[in-house]
Amino acid sequence: MIHLTDINKTYNNGAPLHVLKGITLDINKGEFVSIMGASGSGKSTLLNILGILDNYDTGDYYLAGQLVKNLSENKAAEFRNKLIGFIFQSFNLISFKNAMENVALPLYYQGVSRRKRNDLALEYLDRLGLKEWAHHMPNEMSGGQKQRVAIARALITNPQIILADEPTGALDSKTSEEVMQILKTLHSEQGLTIVVVTHESGVANQTDKIIHIKDGLIGAIEDNSNHDKAMEFK
Amino acid sequence: MFEEIISSLRRNKLRTALTGFAVAWGIFMLIVLLGAGNGLVHAFEADASKQAMNAMNITPGWTSVEYKGLQTGRRVRLNEADVSELKQKLSKNIIDILPQVNEGGVTISYGQEYISTSLRGVYPDYPSVQRIDMAQGRFINQIDINEERKVCVLGNKNVEVLFPNDDPVGKFVKVNDLYYKVIGIYTDDNRWGSQEVMVPFTTLSTIYQKDGYINRMVMTTKGLSSVEDNEAFEVEIRSLLGSRRYFDKDDTNAIWIWNRMTQYLQTNGALNILKTAIWIIGLLTLISGIVGVSNIMLITVKERTHEFGIRKALGAKPRQILILIILESIAITALFGYIGMVVGIGATEVINMIVMQMDTPAFRDPTVDIKIALEATLTLVIAGTLAGFFPAKRAVSIKPIEALREQ
Repeated sequence: MIHLTDINKTYNNGAPLHVLKGITLDINKGEFVSIMGASGSGKSTLLNILGILDNYDTGDYYLAGQLVKNLSENKAAEFRNKLIGFIFQSFNLISFKNAMENVALPLYYQGVSRRKRNDLALEYLDRLGLKEWAHHMPNEMSGGQKQRVAIARALITNPQIILADEPTGALDSKTSEEVMQILKTLHSEQGLTIVVVTHESGVANQTDKIIHIKDGLIGAIEDNSNHDKAMEFK
Repeated sequence: MFEEIISSLRRNKLRTALTGFAVAWGIFMLIVLLGAGNGLVHAFEADASKQAMNAMNITPGWTSVEYKGLQTGRRVRLNEADVSELKQKLSKNIIDILPQVNEGGVTISYGQEYISTSLRGVYPDYPSVQRIDMAQGRFINQIDINEERKVCVLGNKNVEVLFPNDDPVGKFVKVNDLYYKVIGIYTDDNRWGSQEVMVPFTTLSTIYQKDGYINRMVMTTKGLSSVEDNEAFEVEIRSLLGSRRYFDKDDTNAIWIWNRMTQYLQTNGALNILKTAIWIIGLLTLISGIVGVSNIMLITVKERTHEFGIRKALGAKPRQILILIILESIAITALFGYIGMVVGIGATEVINMIVMQMDTPAFRDPTVDIKIALEATLTLVIAGTLAGFFPAKRAVSIKPIEALREQ
């Protein structure tokens, strides 16, 4: 699904900062992966490149078999819209739209009619237990609810891959647990490919594979596929 | 698409209202200003149409330039022979020319009422040359002239004073010591000055012993369309009369020429300057509206960079975001421009009604052509669009990840 070869990225804000120093990585379809690292390790930059929100300097990135390199803004927008679902730490809901409209927004950019996209949005909100909240504005909802709206929005286009950037970073422990449970269910029941970036080992530990990043390089790839058993064992 | 715009506009009601106000105010001011300007112009045009545009008067004066050894300060006198001379020699530019004699300081009384005014001795053709209208009765005719009848035509204002209750036609008024029969009433557009009483030319000449001299020539001209034509014609008159009455052709005091056409052309020129000035002020007001819109669009776009980042992450193409911003801009300027236009037109109509009630001659029909109002609104809409376009273009070119970081 994701195939990275020798990805390099340097930021030129005054002094050049070499953030990614040659990342080579494969993520297969249906994998539930976390990328872990301290702040400044380059994990967020990597996720942004995976999400085509940012470009990279050298290397190759294949997403679902297509080379993602020097794309035009229009092509990048199309890829993001069709292939990727985003979940952000700060939810990034549009404040003047209600939950349903927020969820339906990606479909608006696919040219789906309003009735159709709103129906579909309601369906996804229902799946995440938010049907009653469909007409509430984001500022009327709790952090956990907002993140669930964001998850519904990420799922509505039926993307190839879900990218979550510190999805629990702004949530308390209980709602963090809920959100991770949702992601796990999506993975196990629908076989979605999910990449989570986090600095919390508790979150990373719930994924099947943990990729450690340190100073712009992959430190270790840890197989964590029997995390449930390991937890029980403890 | 439409609900996207509506929801964005609803998001910040105050800002939408302020932008809208800037736009509406710009259009409103432009229309009211143009309306006021049109009021002055229309009043002038209506005034001009009432008067014979080709009227010209010649009044004898005193010489101010030496002529063939004759000293200055001599009184110039004209008689009926001068009138026929002009009529004959300058016939290509003269439709009609009539002599007139005046006698000032007469008291006219009827019963207890009296007025102090002047008499004007005229010929039957006088109304067509000076454009006065008969309200009642008849004007002086040839028989009055031939028989030197003591008849008079009063002005409508004279009548108000002299005949508060009676019908004046057929009555006799006393002019100094003599009785004149009132044969008619005239009206003119002379708003300020007092009206003079018309009597037959011959009657006045005889009674007040004018010895054939006249006090004024009144005429209507033809074939004089420009200021230059008129000036050349005046020079012709001066040289012709100068050779007969011994004054220099460049002596503008020897005879005074009052030319309606030249006055009209000059006033017209002044009005054109006024019109231009009003347009400039109006356009500057419009520009301030445009600047207001640009400013607010700039802030809007800056504030919404984060939102655009989200939209981009969700798959919005740059063009789609650009169109969203521009359509919002158009929606605001069009809606509020329309409101400003309607209110502005409403205001000019209200002013129009007030003016009609007051019947002010200096101000008339202060309204704006609907076409101009629409054009102004359209200009503002286009300008508002451009104002939104450039900041939007910049916002759209920011990389999504940078836009998302913006708060």
